[in-house]
Amino acid sequence: MNITVCLKRVPDTETRVRISDSGTSIDLGGVKFVLSPYDEFALEAALRMTEASGEGEVVALTFGDTTSRETLRSALAMGADRAVLLNGEVTMDGLATARALVSELGEADVPLILFGVKAADDDQQQVGPMVATLMGRPCATGVSSFELTDGTVVCDREVEGGTERIELPLPAVLTVTKGEFEPRYASLKGIMAAKRKPLEEKEAQVSPARITVEKLEYPPPRAEGRIVGEGPDAVPELVRLLREEANAL
Amino acid sequence: MGDVLAFAEQRGGELRGVSNEIVSAAATLAAELGGAAHAVVLGGPGITGAESVGAFGAVRVLVGEHDALDQYVPEVYAEALAAVVRGGDYAAVLFPATAQGKDLAPRVAALLDVPLACDATQVSAADGVVRVVRPVYAGKAFAHLRMEASPALVSLRPNVFLAENVGGTAAVESFAPEVGTPTTRILEFKATAGGSVDVAEASVIVSGGRGMKDPENWHLLEDLRDALGSDAALGASRAVVDAGWRPHAEQVGQTGKTVAPKLYFAVGISGAIQHLAGMRTAQTIVAINKDPDAPIFTVADFGVVGDALEILPRLSEEIRAVTAD
Ligand SMILES: Cc1cc2nc3c(=O)[nH]c(=O)nc-3n(C[C@H](O)[C@H](O)[C@H](O)COP(=O)(O)OP(=O)(O)OC[C@H]3O[C@@H](n4cnc5c(N)ncnc54)[C@H](O)[C@@H]3O)c2cc1C
Ligand SMILES: Nc1ncnc2c1ncn2[C@@H]1O[C@H](COP(=O)(O)O)[C@@H](O)[C@H]1O
Repeated sequence: MNITVCLKRVPDTETRVRISDSGTSIDLGGVKFVLSPYDEFALEAALRMTEASGEGEVVALTFGDTTSRETLRSALAMGADRAVLLNGEVTMDGLATARALVSELGEADVPLILFGVKAADDDQQQVGPMVATLMGRPCATGVSSFELTDGTVVCDREVEGGTERIELPLPAVLTVTKGEFEPRYASLKGIMAAKRKPLEEKEAQVSPARITVEKLEYPPPRAEGRIVGEGPDAVPELVRLLREEANAL
Repeated sequence: MGDVLAFAEQRGGELRGVSNEIVSAAATLAAELGGAAHAVVLGGPGITGAESVGAFGAVRVLVGEHDALDQYVPEVYAEALAAVVRGGDYAAVLFPATAQGKDLAPRVAALLDVPLACDATQVSAADGVVRVVRPVYAGKAFAHLRMEASPALVSLRPNVFLAENVGGTAAVESFAPEVGTPTTRILEFKATAGGSVDVAEASVIVSGGRGMKDPENWHLLEDLRDALGSDAALGASRAVVDAGWRPHAEQVGQTGKTVAPKLYFAVGISGAIQHLAGMRTAQTIVAINKDPDAPIFTVADFGVVGDALEILPRLSEEIRAVTAD
């Protein structure tokens, strides 16, 4: 079965975010970028499915500027068969992103489209279910494992207070969380092979963003904390502070 | 025109506490937009207590009951809710950023062709324009956003907006929800042992890290959670999730949940940047760590240095003692 995985390039989670002088974006100088961690899970899941069945191709799809080529190359190095870059400017309007992706996905008509449950930068958890809804396809979010059967996909999801097993007819859209899909490292062979795999570039069809960033701010600094004491003997004082000063108990 | 609709989430036919926060925020926003706050509840037959949203500032509550809404089936809920929004003239629709709200809101946004801002910590309006503040980079920064759409869809982070009892009343109106045919089928639900409060929604979180030494020691954290009441949940660092000690659903941090509880306990957690990103906006942070130089102490309001395994039993005991009276 052919599977398309939607991937985003994001700052490495180690990055200390610095707000640029304009105040509306982050300073990219010296920032290392990676494939968003949940998207790696989604890619790993797709690779395992096609490897297990021995048929079908995995396509990595990104909407972003040309720096995203690097991200797509790393997806190819992990094992994706080919990649598509929709060249354009990404904003915080997830629906605009979803529409840009749908303009490509609508053409390809693949039975299974995978997303990360959320992108590590914007953390909106919205692009996957938006794409599904725009395409009129069923969508399960937060999938930790799944099985493909004839014409359906059965998913395990993390939900409040437990796990849920749900069945969706294909074609379907899943957003993948961390589950059993620990991503592989690209092998040297994979990295070499990636250079010869097709990476197609197209202009993205982007609608104007209807969410604009007016400014970015650092989180409010936390007041200087204090060490209450050492060992169990510090507990009564801690509890007193929590009750009387912090009003937290 | 300036009306605001609050999606009030129910569980087992009763409104969840978080719904009051959403309704309160809707009332404040509606006042800024020169309109009124309405609430909508969807569920199977037997929804009770919907009128209670009046106390939090809603003037109308729309109650849509249908057998097909007994379980949360996303596409069915989304269609039903989108129809309600289309039927009104709303400047904004607010959702709780709960597990259900996060799943539902994007689908409604796509059906209505309007953008959505998720997990907001502030929402306001001036001159008819809705503005939102939300965390980005898992809380390393906050983005101030301007929403250029009507209605503006926003989901609000639980525990951040105050549920303010203003003592009003709401007119209850039942309606027949538009339900389509579900395409997804729920086959099974397995409850996890212990609390059912999702870590992203809990007002108190007790998180454990590698310093807990062994998954066998988790009963100490469970006991503390129980001592802290029914709104408390367990959390975990990635190290213990990766080790298979705890489920990923409990992970707090950049590749887990971003949380903002009233009270956060970090027990045996070093305080790596990815963990801090996910919890640093908690109102009060307590750290227990045997290493006085652990980075977690840089964000903690109160720290205790020492062996968690010795400190925890005493802590649960003391908390039980003071909260008993
Ligand atoms: C891409 C990426 C994403 C990540 N995402 C996350 C995330 O979402 N969430 C997250 O938490 N991490 C995340 N991490 C991992 C993070 O970098 C740390 O490795 C992790 O948080 C460490 O977990 P820990 O604090 O439990 O363990 P450790 O760093 O090993 O710390 C254990 C702490 O316990 C203390 N200790 C030891 N014994 C005791 C005792 N008896 N009593 C009291 N204290 C004791 C030690 O002093 C130490 O401070 C991510 C990393 C990467 C690379
Ligand atoms: N610009 C993009 N290009 C491709 N996929 C994306 C893009 N933005 C988001 N996604 C996908 O949508 C998921 C959720 O993103 P978000 O809704 O921003 O949290 C990500 O994990 C990706 O799988």
